[in-house]
Amino acid sequence: MTEHTGKPATQAAQETGGGGNLPTQATTPEVRGERRGMFGATRGSDTTGYGGLVAPILFPGAAERPYGGYFDVVADELGKALAGGDATYEQAIEKVVIDRGEMTVFVRREHLPTVARALRDEPGLRFEICSGVSGVHYPADAGRELHAVYHFLSITHGSRRLRIEVTCPDADPHIPSIVETYPSNTWHERETWDFFGIVFDDHPALTRILMPDDWPGHPQRKDYPLGGIPVEFKGATIPAPDQRRSYN
Amino acid sequence: MATASEKVHATRGAGTDEGPRDHYLQAEGGDWDALAAEAIEHSDERIVVNMGPQHPSTHGVLRLILELDGETVTEARVGIGYLHTGIEKTMEFRTFTQGVTLCTRMDYLTPMFQETAYCLAIERLLGIEDQIPERATLIRVLMMECTRISSHLVCLGTGGMELGATTVMTIGFRERERLFRLIEATTGLRMNNGYIRPGGVSNDLPSNWKAIIDDQWPLLRQGIKELEELTLENPIVKGRMMDVGYLDLTGCMALGVTGPMLKAAGMPYDLRKSAPYCGYERFDFEVPTWDSADSYGRMRVRFLEMWESLKIIDQVIERLEACEGEPVMVADKKIAWPAQLSVGADGQGNSLEHIREIMGTSMEALIHHFKLVTEGFRVPAGQAYVAVESPKGELGCHLVSDGGTRPYRAHFRDPAFNNLQAAAALIEGGAVADTVVALASIDPVLGGVDR
Repeated sequence: MTEHTGKPATQAAQETGGGGNLPTQATTPEVRGERRGMFGATRGSDTTGYGGLVAPILFPGAAERPYGGYFDVVADELGKALAGGDATYEQAIEKVVIDRGEMTVFVRREHLPTVARALRDEPGLRFEICSGVSGVHYPADAGRELHAVYHFLSITHGSRRLRIEVTCPDADPHIPSIVETYPSNTWHERETWDFFGIVFDDHPALTRILMPDDWPGHPQRKDYPLGGIPVEFKGATIPAPDQRRSYN
Repeated sequence: MATASEKVHATRGAGTDEGPRDHYLQAEGGDWDALAAEAIEHSDERIVVNMGPQHPSTHGVLRLILELDGETVTEARVGIGYLHTGIEKTMEFRTFTQGVTLCTRMDYLTPMFQETAYCLAIERLLGIEDQIPERATLIRVLMMECTRISSHLVCLGTGGMELGATTVMTIGFRERERLFRLIEATTGLRMNNGYIRPGGVSNDLPSNWKAIIDDQWPLLRQGIKELEELTLENPIVKGRMMDVGYLDLTGCMALGVTGPMLKAAGMPYDLRKSAPYCGYERFDFEVPTWDSADSYGRMRVRFLEMWESLKIIDQVIERLEACEGEPVMVADKKIAWPAQLSVGADGQGNSLEHIREIMGTSMEALIHHFKLVTEGFRVPAGQAYVAVESPKGELGCHLVSDGGTRPYRAHFRDPAFNNLQAAAALIEGGAVADTVVALASIDPVLGGVDR
């Protein structure tokens, strides 16, 4: 990870704000927004002098073969499993990201149930357990604001792990449910619907799970405020954490 | 009168107008009238009982909706969310180090496990997994195994109380305090420790740590033995627990159940063995299993796991004695918390030595301290998923960073949240009284389930 600079990864990351610490220099990082200024000043004029600072937010980009480790085996087996079905590997898989020793497969949403079934049933893959789905909201990632991130575990193949990432636009937040294949995902999908508003189509009972039934909005979205209240102490008022000026 | 298109629809995105679409999904839960009418119509045939959320045997604020036919539960539904505190959202507004203080409060019986999973995820994102000092890792293992025993003791103790056996509960809680003596002397707190930090732990073990263990451990062993003798072959315990809450291996795998429930179904799956972290591969221990797949088997597995944890702790003690005085925080000063905490006469805080240095002698040290504490450190953009074996199963932390000083998204896969899905499978078809036993064998803690 550190060969290109000769510096420890953390030091390189701190100096460049993370941009220089990408896993392999060969891949093109994916831009998911930009960072402005240094202190998160969004209201009024920025008096810090850093207001003009603009840095892209770079996430690890698509990896090239060979991926290394068991990742190649997983990709090959997945390709074989999908070959005879309704979608080929190239149609179903958008890209593969290898980062920090973890494999992320970006799956196009309409093919998620096919991929999930292959992951569970194919002897060479055999991911028996789905550890659930977690949502991530990237408001600046136009056309693919909502990401659903699934983690799979294969006990048969010595605790292999695999991450499946599926994206959908904010305007059409629909992703097919995989509860039919992985019944353990029932509550996890309800939780992600509750917090992010991703609708998992064909889920048996997609209702709110942690928030009250009549709650408006989806609290884990980035545009949903934290709702803190200012703290008053001896006449001075400290704004709530989400209103406060802070490093970003 | 509101037309269909004027209603608030579940699918509407933030700030976007709803266009026409083929079908609408509503998740408002507005069909209570129909449900109530149906219930009244069949009221002479079935009874629907709300068990909880305020019920002593529901481990906090769990709500069970049971449909009864006489004494038999024909349908069971679980209602959760009464203890949702938005910890994951709050973490997005605090620095990475401050996040430890928040995630420790999720499952309040296993604070060290959330802290470890979270810190391991940060360390993976930072790429410093192999720079964590040996002593810090050993202390983490020591704290996790102590917490595992204390969590199991509460599970077994409260499980006994729910059967009406208060002695089981008093012994369980009494023995748990012995573990807290060591944990409190080290971290300053019994629970919600906030002790494990990104890069290591917040302070070294106290000088008398070995004395505390030498003092408490023989009594602890004796206490666990006493609890075993009281329960394992007790005809009432066996009568209440055997064949209750049955879930076989197929059911466990389908529902993604891990931890003692999976082990009691005969599957020796434990992340400490199969995907070791924190150097667990160096320790000699067994993964206990049982073959009955019922509440009794889960109790046996928990007892056996406590003995295995004590075995691990013995090996950790040996190694800790060999590395006395070594650092417990990563050497990188841009990550490491600037000061070791110490427990003084007035409680825990920064060590006097450090305060003397930053206030009296070195302005650079003061600036460094100020920057690291207020700003925190930047974590390169990307995501990581780290899972640890908590007393309840696979505890996973999915952490996303966008290159800033705060987590972009922190999600915890709480094992009890997942395992509680199996509640209906365990309860339905059994007697009402068995509901309590079956539920206790899942060992849900609502702080972790609801987060």
